[in-house]
Amino acid sequence: MPSEHTDAAADGLLLSARGLHKSFGENHVLRGVDLDIAPGTVHALIGPSGSGKTTVLRSLNGLETPDAGSLRIGDLAIDFARPPGRRERAALHRASAMVFQQHHLFPHLTVLGNVTIGPVRVQGRDRDEATADALALLDRVGLREKADAYPSSLSGGQQQRVGIVRALALAPSMLLFDEPTSSLDPELVGEVLAVMTELAADGWTMAVVTHELGFAREVADEVSFFDEGVVVERGAPAQLFGDPRHERTKRFLQRLQGPFGG
Amino acid sequence: MNWQLVLDSLGPIALGAITGTIPLTLASFSLGLLIAIGMALMRISGIAWLSAVARGYISVIRGTPMLVQLFVIFYGMPQIGITLDPWPSAIIALSLNVGGYAAEIIRAAILSIPRGQWEAAAMVGMSRGQALWRIVLPQAARVSVPPLSNTFISLVKDTSLASVILVTELFRVAQRIAAPSGEFLTIYIVAAVVYWVICLVLAGGQDRLERRLDRYAV
Ligand SMILES: Nc1ncnc2c1ncn2[C@@H]1O[C@H](COP(=O)(O)OP(=O)(O)O)[C@@H](O)[C@H]1O
Ligand SMILES: [Mg+2]
Repeated sequence: MPSEHTDAAADGLLLSARGLHKSFGENHVLRGVDLDIAPGTVHALIGPSGSGKTTVLRSLNGLETPDAGSLRIGDLAIDFARPPGRRERAALHRASAMVFQQHHLFPHLTVLGNVTIGPVRVQGRDRDEATADALALLDRVGLREKADAYPSSLSGGQQQRVGIVRALALAPSMLLFDEPTSSLDPELVGEVLAVMTELAADGWTMAVVTHELGFAREVADEVSFFDEGVVVERGAPAQLFGDPRHERTKRFLQRLQGPFGG
Repeated sequence: MNWQLVLDSLGPIALGAITGTIPLTLASFSLGLLIAIGMALMRISGIAWLSAVARGYISVIRGTPMLVQLFVIFYGMPQIGITLDPWPSAIIALSLNVGGYAAEIIRAAILSIPRGQWEAAAMVGMSRGQALWRIVLPQAARVSVPPLSNTFISLVKDTSLASVILVTELFRVAQRIAAPSGEFLTIYIVAAVVYWVICLVLAGGQDRLERRLDRYAV
């Protein structure tokens, strides 16, 4: 399950980001984002489209480089005042693993190939061992018999579950999910959320960008509401959903839940 | 039509294909593909001077006739002290040519692979080189099979140009048989039919290859 180098630092947090800024040309997308995640907890990131949630998540994995701010995951600390080098980015890739909105599975590899390529080709693990682990993980999400299939022959929900297994197989210290269900047909959403709920119960540390407020309410330990590149409000789901403090949060929740929603 | 002559000439012409045209095609295509991959990578390297060198190369190759390229290498180079035999001259000219055309095909194929594939590869921990080799190039290869097959088939036909620098391939054999007999029409039609059969076989192979690769079509 979650790997061992997840020891919390002195502040008791697995992840702590401070003052993340990022601009794309004139577009100032992140305007000082703070994020704290304690080990073994699930942190939901919600907010309107374009508010910077994906950019934050990508920054945590080293796929995007903030212009300023600092980040600590486990015992890896990076100050973005100086652009991180190849080694630091590699360490970020290693510290967390991401499940993408559009799964981004490798279409020329089988399901098993998708899951083992990281452990075998990057981490240098023994192929037989990595294969056994991969099959066990696939079994857990009900896809063991699809090991030799190509991604294109799977349903959207199955593809996303393979995406989750690919991330798990990397043995990261935490998991990042970027709207893992928002490109799925409604009837396929449940199977993916069920897997994520199990992972949370197993004690994985997770950051989840989601529009599934039900999932955030039930599974998340903490919720951050993003708007225009900052975290406007954060709190326990019961508090944030039940009694939001900020006007912007209220408006967003009302819009999302609709006139008839709960 | 002189059917006896058809039968008599078919043997030597087919032999010319087997010992000349086909090895010339295979050697030039393999070398050309290596050049093309190199040029395509230079083009997308993001390093200005590398990209400029590759662009210049591709522009010269595509903007000049292959026959002229052959003449420069075989008849021109000796003047600056580089004398090459017909075979190496032909292989060099033909592979440089393939390199120029295939480079653009491969570059387009690499660029057609979605950015998400590079990102997923990075997420998994791969370096850019690993991502290119293990994730992007295999998918780009799939995309470039149809256009590269066309390049390959054109190359088979272009090898006939090597006859003008005295490479003993299919067409030169045909010329040598035709001249003394005076039966130009018959002999050249036989030569054309042999080229056509080779290309038919290749087109069939292209079909099968594409169907096989379709297994993992997105
Ligand atoms: N690579 C990029 N280049 C330019 N603009 C980008 C890029 N990535 C994101 N953006 C912009 O950053 C803003 C925030 O995007 P994003 O982080 O995807 O928000 P969210 O995930 O909350 O919808 C958007 O305006 C988007 O257009
Ligand atoms: Mg997003």
